[in-house]
Amino acid sequence: MSASFLPADWPFVVLDWSLFIAQLFLGLAMACAAYRLILGPRAQDRVLGLDTFYVNAMLLLLTYGIRVASTIYFEVALIIGLLGFTGTVALSKFLMRGEVIE
Amino acid sequence: MIDIELAFENLPPWAALLTAFCVFMGAFLTLTGSVGLLRLKTFYERVHAPTLGSTLGTGFILVGSMICFSVLRGRLSVHEILIAVFLTITTPVGFMLLVRSALYRDRVEGNDNVPEGNPTPGKQSAPDAAVQQD
Amino acid sequence: MRRFMAHLLPYPLLSLAILIMWLLLNQSVSPGQVVFGSLLALGGAWGMTTLGQETPRIRRPLTILWLGVIVFVDIVRSNIAVAKIIFRPGSRRGTPGFMAVKLDMRNPYGLAALAIVITSTPGTIWTNFSSASGILLIHVLDLQDEAEWVDTIKNRYERRLMEIFE
Repeated sequence: MSASFLPADWPFVVLDWSLFIAQLFLGLAMACAAYRLILGPRAQDRVLGLDTFYVNAMLLLLTYGIRVASTIYFEVALIIGLLGFTGTVALSKFLMRGEVIE
Repeated sequence: MIDIELAFENLPPWAALLTAFCVFMGAFLTLTGSVGLLRLKTFYERVHAPTLGSTLGTGFILVGSMICFSVLRGRLSVHEILIAVFLTITTPVGFMLLVRSALYRDRVEGNDNVPEGNPTPGKQSAPDAAVQQD
Repeated sequence: MRRFMAHLLPYPLLSLAILIMWLLLNQSVSPGQVVFGSLLALGGAWGMTTLGQETPRIRRPLTILWLGVIVFVDIVRSNIAVAKIIFRPGSRRGTPGFMAVKLDMRNPYGLAALAIVITSTPGTIWTNFSSASGILLIHVLDLQDEAEWVDTIKNRYERRLMEIFE
């Protein structure tokens, strides 16, 4: 299976790099969401950014859990996911009332 | 830093490659969705972008996690399904409420190209290119 | 006996879902967890009765499975389509817009399922539904052929959901 020019443990090197790149990607994705969260331009854009930020943070935590081969982070990811939903619903409902028209 | 080789030494090579593929694809799709949040021009276009991360992006990473932990522990690890089920139910509800409140705000502010209260099917609605440029 | 069962288990599917959720969270099927999860399931369903919702009648398990496969394929396809739109330069990005569809379905559970299907497919979002006129408003990212979207919603999703819920 392994060619002579590859080290014997090459699948693990691939996994190591893939997890590293995935964490980098998710970090960048969180930065994109943070841009919308901070700069808007409108209130609904900020709420959208916050929701995306939550989902990306949840995925980053899951990826970190795989990287350290531990399932402790699973429950935390679950709670982050559910809190993100609650936040989005509450903020949308708040915008719907029309009390924060800029 | 945590020693990766130590944690994964019991993983067979095929499972390592499969996990690597799933996690990479999931992260790539999530990044694509978040980049769309930056690149698309109006709010109503931007709402579509994060759905990428919350459907297939999450799905890939959860499948990767299931493969990795099922093989590592030698028994089926299926509690990732919980996150998938919760996310598929909650994300649409959140986005629906958000779009509805955005529509309400656009109507109150009197912006153009937002459909009126009673739309009729068949009539092509105006493309919302000019709703709110940033 | 039937009335007694309906009283004890007003929402059997909800109870089953709560039990499965509990067992998945604890990652065990030991007798103690099963008993505790069952108590939780009974209590949860009993709490739901105070909301006074009618019990959904769900039929045709094969149609449910087939609909699940269709939705999964559509999610994969529209993920690729939306990713292409995002990476395209701004001038050639197509026309997003709202469109209205007339629905025949009135069952609230069926409508909820349709809302989740439409919104979790990237590229379409359920915006508003008027139960008086039966007109649904959705926003589409790539609104090139409105008739095709109407066909997808009515013949691919709504027809099957009506078979399942009505």
